[in-house]
Amino acid sequence: MNFIIDPISFIANWLMNLLLSLGLSPIVSNVIVKFIGAFLLGTFGFSLVIFTIWLERKLYARIQDRFGPNRVGPWGIFQTFPDMIKIFTKEYITPVGADKIVYNLAPIFSVSAVLLTWAVIPFAPTIVGTDLNVGVLYLMAVGSIGALGIILAGWSSNNKYSLLGAFRSVAQVVSYEVPMILALLIPVLLGQSMGVNSLVYAQDVWFIFLSPIAALIFFLSCLAETGRAPFDLLEAESELVAGYQTEYSGLKFGMFYVGEFLHAFTISALMATLFLGGWRGPWAEQVPILGVAWFFIKAFLVYFFVVLIRISMPRLRIDQMLNFNWKFLTPLALVLLIITAIVEKSFMVIAPSLNLMETAIPWVRAGLHLSVNLIIILITVQILKTHRVKEVQIVGKPRLVAVAPEPPASVIS
Amino acid sequence: MTVEQIIFLFVAAVTLIAGISVVTSRNLIHSALWLILTLSGIAVFYVLLNAGFFAVIQVVIYIGAIAILFIFAAMLTRRVMQDTGPQSNSNWWLGAVVALLFFAGITLILINWQGFATQAPMLTNTSGQLSQLGLALVSPDKYVLPFELASVLLVAGMIGAIFVAGDKKQ
Repeated sequence: MNFIIDPISFIANWLMNLLLSLGLSPIVSNVIVKFIGAFLLGTFGFSLVIFTIWLERKLYARIQDRFGPNRVGPWGIFQTFPDMIKIFTKEYITPVGADKIVYNLAPIFSVSAVLLTWAVIPFAPTIVGTDLNVGVLYLMAVGSIGALGIILAGWSSNNKYSLLGAFRSVAQVVSYEVPMILALLIPVLLGQSMGVNSLVYAQDVWFIFLSPIAALIFFLSCLAETGRAPFDLLEAESELVAGYQTEYSGLKFGMFYVGEFLHAFTISALMATLFLGGWRGPWAEQVPILGVAWFFIKAFLVYFFVVLIRISMPRLRIDQMLNFNWKFLTPLALVLLIITAIVEKSFMVIAPSLNLMETAIPWVRAGLHLSVNLIIILITVQILKTHRVKEVQIVGKPRLVAVAPEPPASVIS
Repeated sequence: MTVEQIIFLFVAAVTLIAGISVVTSRNLIHSALWLILTLSGIAVFYVLLNAGFFAVIQVVIYIGAIAILFIFAAMLTRRVMQDTGPQSNSNWWLGAVVALLFFAGITLILINWQGFATQAPMLTNTSGQLSQLGLALVSPDKYVLPFELASVLLVAGMIGAIFVAGDKKQ
């Protein structure tokens, strides 16, 4: 019975007891079990990517009124496997003058940064890699390693386009970390913990209802961190060939590709965990395996929006992207953080004197935070309206690049 | 030797080698990469001391922000791919004197320190450490003055950077 309710903890316990009965010390057997768990989680992440690549191509095709992959397997679901085999057999080309060690290290950095995130995401009340008590900070720390991978890839390739992509990546990824951290502080503030699993336990009412602005800021800055459309300036194909990954071929390119798709799903999982209640749902606490189902339903719902935004938005210009970050998202996040802190503290002071029912307290709190958020949205929209562009501004005179020569007089007459 | 000691010695060796390589490697970007290895070694020390919070902060601030800024600055200011200039300028002996004095001072302090023989006290209440730290930083009889001074210094630095970088329209 226990196996059906909670298979992963059951197997882990069984393995632990097996190792202990073999005469290993508890520390060593714990390390072995954690190693196996990490290996399985990594493999699971990569297998998930095989599915999400197919899903994204299919959605992409449907929105562009095409069929998408439909030859290998039912609905083309196995299309990724031939693609994988093809990319395995491609030749590795290392450009002349590339910094060999760094060049080979960069793809590993960028994949491992994404995969490391999964260590703290709770799939169910009992299925967590490690429940770090500073889990939210760990997410940020790991995210910054991904930026490092992109910079190193761009620099070590000995290619001007790659280097330009790396420069852009610093401007984008590092600056969007600022509103992302500020927005992440709001769940920490509301849940009064930095552990990811205890944040899920704290969501009696989903945090997206308590603070929709924080959810929006987090979602947007996460999208920018993944470097996909509309924020795909790192690899803008019309300007930079393929940006930082121009010189990569074969499986090394495949690592970047897998890293990007895995990152897109990871941010959906993070959104689901931090703002949509993670594994919480009916009967999730009694039957942990149901929690996994709730978690993945929510994560795939967010993932659908991520793909939808990628497909339907044009690319931003780099100055627009930076203005959006520094002049809109960051100030909004700062204001929201201060106001949320004040509201939360004053509610905690006032709440005991209101004689509320025990079950009603989370809902009253949610209503208070939601109304404050709505007021902030209204004020923000009013402020934005005063800066509306009323007419087309002409920055400079149009400069003719190619002018047709005057036809000779004989042609005109 | 316990497992913890073996890990400590290994990480210490890696950190020291990486630290020496920061100074000796000829390429600036390689120096920055060795610096990242050094800083992550220090993060591992924090983990060994049961200070997970500091380990994560070390990675966020030093690797995620400062090392990336170093790399970025080096990429912007030098011809990065063929950078093999001289490694020292005429003031190298000043640096050597300062380093020697610093080393001698630390050695002197450590010789007179009694802490090597004593056993470290067991940590209690590992989950409450973070909130204790937060309270200590803002309570008037503990560290509020250094904390506020540090933040004033940082604000001054930020304003200075913005002033230097901004447009000067006069």
